[in-house]
Amino acid sequence: MRDARKDARKDGRGRAAFTRRALLLGGAEIAAMGLLGVRLYQVQVVDGRRYTTLAESNRVSVRLIAPPRGRILDRFGTVVAGNKLNWRALLIAEETDDVAATLDTFGRIVPLPDRERQRVLREVHRGRRFIPVTVRDFLSWEEMARIEVNAPDLPGIVVDVGTTRIYPFGPTLAHVVGYVAPPNEHEVAEDPMLALPGMRVGRAGMEREDDVALRGRAGEVQLEVNAVGRVIRELDREEGTPGQDLGMTIDSVLQQQVLGRLGDETASAVVLDCRNGEVMAMATNPSFDPSLFDSGVSQAQWIEWTRNRRTPLINKATAGLYPPGSTFKMAVALAALDSGALTTSDRIYCPGYLDVGNTRFHCWRRWGHGSLDLRGGLKNSCDVFFYETARRTGIDRIAAMAHRLGLGTHLDIDLPGAKRGLIPTREWREAHGHAWNIGDTIVSGIGQGYIQVTPLQLATYVARIATGRAVQPHLTRTLGSAPQPGAQAMDWPPMRLTPHELHAVRDGMWAVVNERGGTAPQARLHLAGVQLAGKTGSSQVRRVSRALRDSGHFDSAKLPWRFRPHALFVCFAPYDAPRYAVSVVVEHGNAGAAAAAPIARDIMLDTLTRDPAGRAVPGQTIAELQPG
Amino acid sequence: MPFERRLLRAEPSFGLVRKLCQVPWFYVLLLCALAGVGYVALYSAGNGPEPYASRHVLRFGFGIVMMLAIAMVDIRFIARLAWPAYAVGIVLLVLVLRMGHVGKGAERWLGIGGMQMQPSEFMKIALVLALAAWFHRASWERIGNPLFLIPPALMVLLPVGLILKEPNLGTAVITAAIGGAVFLGAGVRWWKFVLVALPVPFAARIAYNHMHDYQRARIDTFFHPEQDPLGAGYNIIQSKIALGSGGMWGKGFMQGTQSHLNFLPEKQTDFIFTVLGEEFGLVGGLALMGLLLVITLGAMAIALRCRHQFGRLVALGIATNFFLYVFVNIAMVMGVIPVGGVPLPLVSHGGSAMIMVMLGMGLLLSVHVHRDVEFGAVRDDIP
Repeated sequence: MRDARKDARKDGRGRAAFTRRALLLGGAEIAAMGLLGVRLYQVQVVDGRRYTTLAESNRVSVRLIAPPRGRILDRFGTVVAGNKLNWRALLIAEETDDVAATLDTFGRIVPLPDRERQRVLREVHRGRRFIPVTVRDFLSWEEMARIEVNAPDLPGIVVDVGTTRIYPFGPTLAHVVGYVAPPNEHEVAEDPMLALPGMRVGRAGMEREDDVALRGRAGEVQLEVNAVGRVIRELDREEGTPGQDLGMTIDSVLQQQVLGRLGDETASAVVLDCRNGEVMAMATNPSFDPSLFDSGVSQAQWIEWTRNRRTPLINKATAGLYPPGSTFKMAVALAALDSGALTTSDRIYCPGYLDVGNTRFHCWRRWGHGSLDLRGGLKNSCDVFFYETARRTGIDRIAAMAHRLGLGTHLDIDLPGAKRGLIPTREWREAHGHAWNIGDTIVSGIGQGYIQVTPLQLATYVARIATGRAVQPHLTRTLGSAPQPGAQAMDWPPMRLTPHELHAVRDGMWAVVNERGGTAPQARLHLAGVQLAGKTGSSQVRRVSRALRDSGHFDSAKLPWRFRPHALFVCFAPYDAPRYAVSVVVEHGNAGAAAAAPIARDIMLDTLTRDPAGRAVPGQTIAELQPG
Repeated sequence: MPFERRLLRAEPSFGLVRKLCQVPWFYVLLLCALAGVGYVALYSAGNGPEPYASRHVLRFGFGIVMMLAIAMVDIRFIARLAWPAYAVGIVLLVLVLRMGHVGKGAERWLGIGGMQMQPSEFMKIALVLALAAWFHRASWERIGNPLFLIPPALMVLLPVGLILKEPNLGTAVITAAIGGAVFLGAGVRWWKFVLVALPVPFAARIAYNHMHDYQRARIDTFFHPEQDPLGAGYNIIQSKIALGSGGMWGKGFMQGTQSHLNFLPEKQTDFIFTVLGEEFGLVGGLALMGLLLVITLGAMAIALRCRHQFGRLVALGIATNFFLYVFVNIAMVMGVIPVGGVPLPLVSHGGSAMIMVMLGMGLLLSVHVHRDVEFGAVRDDIP
């Protein structure tokens, strides 16, 4: 107590300093807190909008919903490419305590190969535990029922439904309809929708041609997700647009008949509506099963297809190139008539050969045809007549006419992979560094040499001769509910050929089939009041030496298969009111008259009997589809 | 030695009832309000009372009782415990280096009878007591003597060095700053602070070069968080997104998307302020900061009202400790300073931190209750 006063005095200076400094410290604390407040204002209010956006993008995950792929229908609405529900078993790892035990139980209920089991375990380890892993695809109804019954013993297993592409007609329409396959990485990078499970991309045929329309537009679902990506709830959903249905011009029934008529031959046939260019049937033999591509083709199968000499994967109707042989003679005739190099009354003498320079060109008939006019030349398919006609006309005029008629030119067919073929010209030959020889013109006169055309071009060529109009072949009739261009009958521009010229050629084709002495009497229709006009062709695939031909022992039927000539036949009917055009090419079929003409006749008979162009499509007639 | 004897005879100077009347109840109410804020935040963080909020209340109840019990203890008795406490703190720090649990690459935790504790937290309070005891009766002139300052400087550097070795940079800096605050309150001349502060930038440079990779990474990501958005920078970025998306009024209680969808890491401990900021916006954040500031300034007021140097320095040290916790935590979640594992007192989930805060608050209240007791005098002669 005695020191209290002294203490207070002594303490005074220190306490005053303490008060000053404590107040200073308190002020500094207020200032520091104030600065934090300013910072909080900056983060929450000034930059608030930006951070709100970031928080939303954290929270909301946009996922795509796969749209169902559009179907492909034939002209009468029969489904030729559709979607089948695919029941599959999925495993959600987080819903089971023991993945291996669940798989063991699953394996006792539905067979699960060991390799598949390993794959499932691998995928479970790789992914997040709440993302489903496919255990088994394509469950049968019975397997599904067994899984459902045993559900309590199968924690984590769920049955889910997806779709797979099916082709009810299988190989019959494989080349036209094409097929789908899983997308590659490049395609997925371009369109994120393709990353969805079960999405397929058209790889060939119509599936590829109209892939984008068939695919549709993906829907979008906005999900709230947490930091590890688990879905908490659905925020918003926008349904996508299903793929559009594609209506083809093909008549699937006729297609089956045509393919059946090709039998075992390596052959192709095209049936065209002459008036509007609709392809009624386009058959190629041999064919393949398009559904194999959906789940992946085995390597052995692929090697078998690609090494096969009969090229099952190639659509021979649009991508098979053949010398047209004698079927080309109408083009030569029209070129000659149109250019004035020949008149219908001009006669040419055939002694069995034509000498040009040092070279002798033979007629197929060694002893010759004698004196012939154009009608006779076509009827007898006299080679010398057309050697001489070609010589008089010149290759460039022949090529121009062939192009006008649809040969060796781009036909604009709505099918991928169509070949252009070739009609040689002086310019083309010189561009390749060779001089054009007169001999090249001579052999071009009978559709040999460098000339290459496709069966579709041949059918188009016949349709153009039959109608006198520049008919364009096409396969698409409707897309969604919209009619596609080219459906209107006889709407194509005229060919600017005189009726006289056209009649002369058609008359010659009529004589080939219907007149005594014609080259293809086999093709005559036994149908009251309906006549068929056509032209045969045999095109050599190997040069036959004069020595061999002169030896008299030459018989092309005895050659090995792959060296035999191709057999061709083109025709249209009815003669007086052309409606259908047919072309048939039998690879290495030897003679057009024997191998191709009967097939073409039967196809034409089937077509006329069925008359797909004349049949109304319920609710889908052209008149109903016209807008307005 | 009459003064020594009087210290030894430090008996209760007045009755328990009078002491209870001296407790600043409004201040206790403020602490309860802060713990209430913590309950709300932890309720949201845990999506219900379990697992955080209910335990938080339980611990706080225990803490309140402990705090009031400490407040009843005579400040002179506490002063006698200063040196033993300091010694215990140093021993614990050495122990934690020898056998502590490793958490996030640092040995910080010590298990005592099933409880976990961080010796560095205890050390801060022990250091405040020890420094206050050292400066308690020193005269203004004596404090001006540089030689007199050497022992307390070593008293600060020893625990700071041990904490750095754990390594725990954040707590080491805070401990040094608390020591500095007590030095300042004791009346150490300004120029001496300037002298110590001058070489700090160079020391920092050297320290950075000797740091552990994770510490260096923290500092690097602090300056450029976007360079490592999925790694160490993720916390800061997500915390800022959470705060920013809260805006002026917040998303509403339990409506924070960042916290409820787990984008916000360690939301119940270090980032609890962010949970509140997201759900209650700028208004809620500023209100909480205001409450924390009032509690800090209240501690300073207790210091100013105390009539003995020991109490003043203890209150100042505890106020500084509390404020540094608050400042570092809030500055951290807003991306102002590097992330450093510092919880928000009485709001963050965590038992040992809560006990230490309540221990400090108990000492503070004891200072207030015993602010007028006869407690020694300034002397020049005692060492």
